[in-house]
Amino acid sequence: MKSMIEQRSAKEYTATKNACKLCAPLGASLVFKGIEGAIPLLHGSQGCSTYIRRYLISHFKEPVDIACSNFAEETAIFGGGMNLKIALQNIHQQYDPSLVGIATTCLSETIGDDVPMFLREYAEQHRNEKTAPLVHVSTPSYQGTHMQGFHNAVLATVKSVTTTGNFSNIGHVNIFPGMVSPADLRYLKEILTDFQIPYMMLPDYSKTLDGSIWSEYQLIPEGGTTVEMIRCSGNAAGSLEFGRILSREKQSAGKWLREKFHVDCHHLGLPIGINETDRFFQVLEILSGRPTPDKYREERGRLIDSYVDGHKHMIAAKVALYGEEDLVVGMAAFFSEIGIQPVLCASGDHSGYLKEEIARLFPSDLDQSIRVMDNADFMDIESAVQDIKPDLIVGNSKGFAMARRLGIPMVRIGFPIHDRVDASRKLHLGYRGTQQLFDRIANKLIEYRQASSTVGYTYM
Amino acid sequence: MADRNQQQEVVMSLDEQNPETVKADLLRRYPIKIARKRSKQIVVNKVGACDDVPQISSNVRTIPGLIGQRGCCYAGCKGVVLGPTRDIINITHGPIGCGFYSWLTRRNQTDPDSSEDKHNFIPYCFSTDMQDEEIIFGGERKLRKAIQEAYDNFKPKAIAVFATCPVGLIGDDIHSVCREMKEKLGINVFGFSCEGYKGVSQSAGHHIANNQIFKHVVGLDDTVREGEYKVNLLGEYNIGGDAFEIDRIFKKCGISIVSTYSGNSSIDDFSNSHTADLNLIMCHRSINYVAEMMDKKYGIPWIKINFIGAEATAKSLRKIAGYFNDQKLIDRVEQVIAEELPEVKKAYLEIRPRTEGKKVMLFVGGSRAHHYQELFNELGMKILSAGYEFAHRDDYEGRKVIPSIKVDADSRNIEELEVTPDPGKYSPRKSPEEMNALENQGIKFSDYEGMMPAMKDGTLIIDDISQFETDAMIEIFKPDIFCAGIKEKYSVQKHGIPLKQLHSYDYGGPYAGFKGAINFYKEIDRMVNSKVWGYIKAPWEKNPELTATYAWG
Ligand code: SF4
Ligand code: SF4
Repeated sequence: MKSMIEQRSAKEYTATKNACKLCAPLGASLVFKGIEGAIPLLHGSQGCSTYIRRYLISHFKEPVDIACSNFAEETAIFGGGMNLKIALQNIHQQYDPSLVGIATTCLSETIGDDVPMFLREYAEQHRNEKTAPLVHVSTPSYQGTHMQGFHNAVLATVKSVTTTGNFSNIGHVNIFPGMVSPADLRYLKEILTDFQIPYMMLPDYSKTLDGSIWSEYQLIPEGGTTVEMIRCSGNAAGSLEFGRILSREKQSAGKWLREKFHVDCHHLGLPIGINETDRFFQVLEILSGRPTPDKYREERGRLIDSYVDGHKHMIAAKVALYGEEDLVVGMAAFFSEIGIQPVLCASGDHSGYLKEEIARLFPSDLDQSIRVMDNADFMDIESAVQDIKPDLIVGNSKGFAMARRLGIPMVRIGFPIHDRVDASRKLHLGYRGTQQLFDRIANKLIEYRQASSTVGYTYM
Repeated sequence: MADRNQQQEVVMSLDEQNPETVKADLLRRYPIKIARKRSKQIVVNKVGACDDVPQISSNVRTIPGLIGQRGCCYAGCKGVVLGPTRDIINITHGPIGCGFYSWLTRRNQTDPDSSEDKHNFIPYCFSTDMQDEEIIFGGERKLRKAIQEAYDNFKPKAIAVFATCPVGLIGDDIHSVCREMKEKLGINVFGFSCEGYKGVSQSAGHHIANNQIFKHVVGLDDTVREGEYKVNLLGEYNIGGDAFEIDRIFKKCGISIVSTYSGNSSIDDFSNSHTADLNLIMCHRSINYVAEMMDKKYGIPWIKINFIGAEATAKSLRKIAGYFNDQKLIDRVEQVIAEELPEVKKAYLEIRPRTEGKKVMLFVGGSRAHHYQELFNELGMKILSAGYEFAHRDDYEGRKVIPSIKVDADSRNIEELEVTPDPGKYSPRKSPEEMNALENQGIKFSDYEGMMPAMKDGTLIIDDISQFETDAMIEIFKPDIFCAGIKEKYSVQKHGIPLKQLHSYDYGGPYAGFKGAINFYKEIDRMVNSKVWGYIKAPWEKNPELTATYAWG
């Protein structure tokens, strides 16, 4: 049978029905939440920041403070400079932040506010006061999704904070993990620490968005990448940047640091599955000059062992997969190792590279047919799923309604997961994350077969 | 006389603190200009003669940089008022986020089986998903196609279009597109200019929603349905099934609901709602406009009722029976109350010893901060502080202050419909004499007494509380439970204090009516008496000396 990799730029419809993407300032806010002492500020009317806070909060189940410049009707007509400056002043006074990350909404973008100029004016007017670094990122949602907002905010932060100079901590590594879970970030830090590699990870919301109960009141939740570390990212020994799709984009923080500061950048896929994780560990061995610690050799060993033992439950299972493009590519890579067919790979993003990246994983001599859809909404996805009848749906909570209608079991990964309690603690990356994904998927398939079996077997 | 003077000198106390000092504390961190503005929105309550209370500044713009909880005009219009109606297709005209974030995020329940066509579009989120091209060249063409598509795919009875911020700026005329498509498709298509920057909060959106529903839907169907004691239930959004519980009680009493705005609603009910004989208002803030307009155009009086709290429910039922003034209904209502109340009483008497005297704060919405005090009172809990997110002065101080409310630029931009009696359909449900007689019996028409007169002296009333002030209030008073929404939930719980969501009910409910009250008592009991809070401090944090002794001992 011929491989059928079919690009379905799903635009049979004009309107988007049940979107499979969120808007750009959400991604940017998430990045700013991962910087120590930082406050995100949306430049526009308050609805956007309230909605975005609400969405982030219901996923992370943690406080998420995002300020806003609160446009009024006349602000929308005359421009938001005044509002932005008042907002900045109030934020400084209340929170004494170490950085303010300013992202624009569609409103301030549509009226064409000159934010860099406002920021220069603000800095000028407050020359004699302590002012935090002000990072501006342009995030019109009519040009990109939350992923663009996320990556652009990482880039903007690095660009505006990095300085030249002599730093004592030479030899550290920059790591740009992309939009992953707090548990993933924590695990990455553990790995780097075990390799004894000093690092600058941007963003790092592992603690700010998955913190413990407070023993004393915190104005801004503790944790996050320090501004100091970001400042010296131009002095790093190298950068690691996750995301096959991101690596093909013209711009990224890693690329910028290479061009500007000659910091070598390793572009890797999201380390999900054995292959991509092996690559990641190889790079770490090179960067650290150390062998992979036993702990991870053992994790890898256990993972392979479970692949061998549990393989039979997965083989030839058909999965419909959706989410951010890089997550989809990462998951598909993992599926390719254990014989799962990702019969549908869909995303609301549209970088234009998704099809090629999936094709790379499933070369044409393979006996399967995969539908790749970018720019898709859940209407498109559902009609494809209805067609293909997969055994399992893998993606964020937004696919639940479809899974329920069609009676197909579902495993939740990525963002948003607002109908489970452990979104922040879900692990996707590395040997350990892959192990969890493997277990969850295998168990879900077994559970479904068990429940729908007429025999009701209890032992295997 | 001497007594009174003495009383005035007494410094008010709130949980053993001076509320004025607390207020000063809250304002300390603000620059002077802002402190001045906020100081008018933070008021120490004092109920005087004729229920006079101090003036509170509200429905004013949130200061940039103060992290608050308010949403936008679009959120109030599409999300709150129109969202719960199951058979209108709502199309958000704008970039993707606004539509996405308002997709199924409120827990309005609906029962599609109660309409013939079983339409239910609530699970869908339609957006024109504007791109660069539309921002530059205009989005009317795309909107037209989106309406056509929605029609082709679903054949709905009605389609509504909601404008988001960029739409107003690029100058798309959604209303003319709607008119054109209405003509073409032969179904009701209407638009809402509810751009997020209008007004100061979702409240502006409520008003716009009320106006358009009134203009485009109410009065379209004159069929007089069967049933006695016909009412509309306004401002009840059926979160967690509240409206179902109210329905249950009404059915038992023999009261017929023509339409509910807008929990479990259908557009057909709205079209027919002018045939009811009484309007009942739950959430005054979001819906009083429709009630006022129906009164003027069709002669339907309105009264404020409240089905949150067992006693409040009983009182509201008696008010309704009083209005219809029919012995059959009066007896029936008494019978229902007699049947239902004992179980409720049993529940709170059992729970009360564990909740008595516990401290509560409520900062939520435009009516719930008031309504829920009833339930807490029934549990013997103490309300220290309360405030609304988007209410106006009348919701705080009572409708009597309406003539003295200054209309600022933000409110002036929201259209006030000119409504006059309908030449064919205006028919006052009661004669002026009957109305007078009812007023004398204590039924107040077109009136809401507000939240503050119902609260104790010395309590702190805080409008549009900021995250910063929230944290400060918690640090100062350490309440036993805090009521707000999802945005505050986890920050409050970080302090080790449970937060009860009064927007989404933490996936619980119903809390309205008699059965709802019991649910709520149990929920609060569970929350304030949960063991979890006792584990927050580890043993070595509780008793560092002890651990040290062991370690070295
Ligand atoms: S206007 Fe833009 S930034 Fe705001 S919620 Fe909508 S899509 Fe997001
Ligand atoms: S863009 Fe405007 S309408 Fe949309 S969420 Fe933001 S404030 Fe509301």
